[in-house]
Amino acid sequence: MSNKVYNILLVGVGGQGTILAGRILSRAAVSLGGEVKVSDIHGMAQRGGSVVTQVRFGPKVYSPAMAEGTADFLVAFEKLEARRWLPYLNADGKLIVNKEEIHPLPVLIGATTYPSALEDEMSKMVTNTLMLDAFDLARQAGNVKAVNVVMMGALAKYLPISREAWEEALASSVPERFLEINKKAFQLGWETAGI
Amino acid sequence: MKKELLIGNHALARGAWEAGVRVAAAYPGTPSTEIVEAIAQYKEVYAEWSTNEKVALEVAIGASIGGARALAAMKHVGVNVAADPLMTLAYTGVNGGLILVSADDPGLFSSQNEQDNRFYARMAQMPCLEPSDSQEVKDMVGFGFDLSEQFDTPVMLRLTTRVAHSYSLVELGERKEVSLKDYSKEPTKYVMLPAYGKARHYVVEERRKKLMEYAETSPLNRVEWADKRVGVITSGIAYQYVKEVMPDVSVLKLGLTYPLPENLIREFINNVETCYVVEELEPFIEDQIRAWGLPVIGKELIPRVDELNSNIVAKTVGAKVAELDPELAPLAKPEAMQAAATAETNLPNRPPLMCAGCPHRAVFYILKKLNMVVAGDIGCYTLGATPPLQAMDTCICMGASLGVSLGLEKARGNEFGRKVVGVIGDSTFLHSGMTGLVNMVYNGGNGTLIILDNSTTAMTGHQDHPGTGYTASHEEAHKVDLEQVVKGLGIKRVQVVDNYDLKAVEKAIREETEADEPSVIIARRPCALLSKEKEATCVVDPEACRGCKICLRLGCPALSFDGKKVVVDQVQCNGCGICTQICPAKAIVKAGEANE
Ligand SMILES: Cc1ncc(C[n+]2csc(CCOP(=O)(O)OP(=O)(O)O)c2C)c(N)n1
Repeated sequence: MSNKVYNILLVGVGGQGTILAGRILSRAAVSLGGEVKVSDIHGMAQRGGSVVTQVRFGPKVYSPAMAEGTADFLVAFEKLEARRWLPYLNADGKLIVNKEEIHPLPVLIGATTYPSALEDEMSKMVTNTLMLDAFDLARQAGNVKAVNVVMMGALAKYLPISREAWEEALASSVPERFLEINKKAFQLGWETAGI
Repeated sequence: MKKELLIGNHALARGAWEAGVRVAAAYPGTPSTEIVEAIAQYKEVYAEWSTNEKVALEVAIGASIGGARALAAMKHVGVNVAADPLMTLAYTGVNGGLILVSADDPGLFSSQNEQDNRFYARMAQMPCLEPSDSQEVKDMVGFGFDLSEQFDTPVMLRLTTRVAHSYSLVELGERKEVSLKDYSKEPTKYVMLPAYGKARHYVVEERRKKLMEYAETSPLNRVEWADKRVGVITSGIAYQYVKEVMPDVSVLKLGLTYPLPENLIREFINNVETCYVVEELEPFIEDQIRAWGLPVIGKELIPRVDELNSNIVAKTVGAKVAELDPELAPLAKPEAMQAAATAETNLPNRPPLMCAGCPHRAVFYILKKLNMVVAGDIGCYTLGATPPLQAMDTCICMGASLGVSLGLEKARGNEFGRKVVGVIGDSTFLHSGMTGLVNMVYNGGNGTLIILDNSTTAMTGHQDHPGTGYTASHEEAHKVDLEQVVKGLGIKRVQVVDNYDLKAVEKAIREETEADEPSVIIARRPCALLSKEKEATCVVDPEACRGCKICLRLGCPALSFDGKKVVVDQVQCNGCGICTQICPAKAIVKAGEANE
């Protein structure tokens, strides 16, 4: 393993399972033998709020939180959140976005509108972009709640972590009875990233 | 050795267990809650949710006097509540080791202020330990207990949110059985009459001198010599940011920030060309160093407000160091933090909100409708202050609703008083609302208090409390009868309503605020996240919906407007039915009732 520290930012909306995704990723990263740090801070009543999990791993990691402009990967479970957290992504970093739209309260009550051209805008800003319909892939896998695992499958394609380590991390993080669905979800994410 | 990824709070629980703790008490509060939740899993330890932080610390004091290693955990503002026993505990000292965990919240992720509790350590003249990752948290617990017993002092273990809630690898050890120390009656040590208290103050002064001596050689402080052109003195999580930004400068890392090691610091500063102090929040370390007449640069560069992070360190101290030698501050180089995009300021924000089906929503809807002045309190219901409900006028600290509403009434008279309502959660009422209520009765207030009884401490993640009938280890306990409590405190007018019945809520509020005597309305409905069965959801009859958007005033995340009509998100809706009661066209109905 080189000296590189990987900075991965997972962002989404409370309830989308970013915390579990962070747990799977960090457990898989432990297999590399270096240090792993994760920052998982959630403010008041985060249901429906904007949530972020930061995962960092490498031979030596100091801060559990990364600096703005230093993320190698921004994995966004929702489009608006992708744009909100984009300043964290390094100019050479990769953006992985679930194309789902979840409307925040100001949009629901009609105080403002959901930005319409986010996908185009972001593809122009970031050369290295993967946009996928993780919601649909999760449905195909058998449970729409597996969006988080689809996203980890897509991310996995770009990381130096073995498939075995991912599978172990998955098995130790999700309940037994959902394991098959989650394996399928992971595989679908992985395949989408390969295209 | 087995290593596990743990958040700071779980490492703390593990460390306490390994160090032989026997009694742990806490009142929940972010970012401290997980500590006692986790300790409660160890069968060797007695763990409790206390009614408030003062009681939690008092339980720990009793356990310590009784010879056990004991711990009390709370968020930073909890120490305000516990400050009274704390300041005298500093005089009595301990028998079994005692650790007070103060979990501070720089950046106010989930708090009403961002006070720096290291000042409490200085005020009480007790050691303050500041870990910077989970391994250090675990190690410092054992260390803290030893220190506490060695110097006969309580010890503050100060975490911050970023330490408490970040995972890092921790080596697990085994539990060390620490036997109970003998109990003996020692009134001059534990009965703080004025004469005994004065004698103990001399003891505190002696202890302080010994601790200062100890600090000079404590393994909790360490110098990492590197390039001596730059030195940085730092503590806690700030250490990680300093290393992140400037891995090759000399660092004095302080694990013990009260009392500070004067000679060690003096020597460090003398050996570097320029010395910076990088600390989060207040200049706690810096002020002391300046008082010794030593030259350091600190708060001229590092803000006193908000959470610190690598960006801020890079742009302040990092930038100065880079002027000297760019290689010393690699993260301060422009290309190191080159972002893919700048922030877009016009994005719709995504504020936290009351859940679909939250029983609090109905009450605030009515309070807004009746244009009440609402003296609020702290809990999930504080979100009643945010749009679109905006039905709360004040929120100061836990329990303040009662005193504030009485003060408003006394200042502006009865007529205004009739428009004032206090609103408090069940856990908060038991924490510190009862004294305010009896005060209102005693002092002739005519106020109305609404107790939002959702049968849990929802805000911090659903902990039990005396009103739920279960303990921290999920055993059955006496369940407080709120009606009896308020009657016992002298309230004659008590009404119980179901939050989901809007008419009943409105009627009760109208009646009680008009009455010329103090009254309590208990709005009782379990937290929507606790109810297991899903009610039939609500649906909109698109033929009937006129698009008036009145229902959107509820701020329910399950309701939205598609441009012409309102739609109910069937995944989110939990069927509380409040929207069906306010729709003027009767266009929203419970699924299944549509064609009846
Ligand atoms: C002194 C103090 N201790 C703890 C907290 C953290 N805290 C805020 S509100 C609250 C309790 C909320 O419970 P409840 O009053 O029942 O309202 P709910 O969230 O269930 O609506 C807690 C633990 C605090 N802000 N201040």
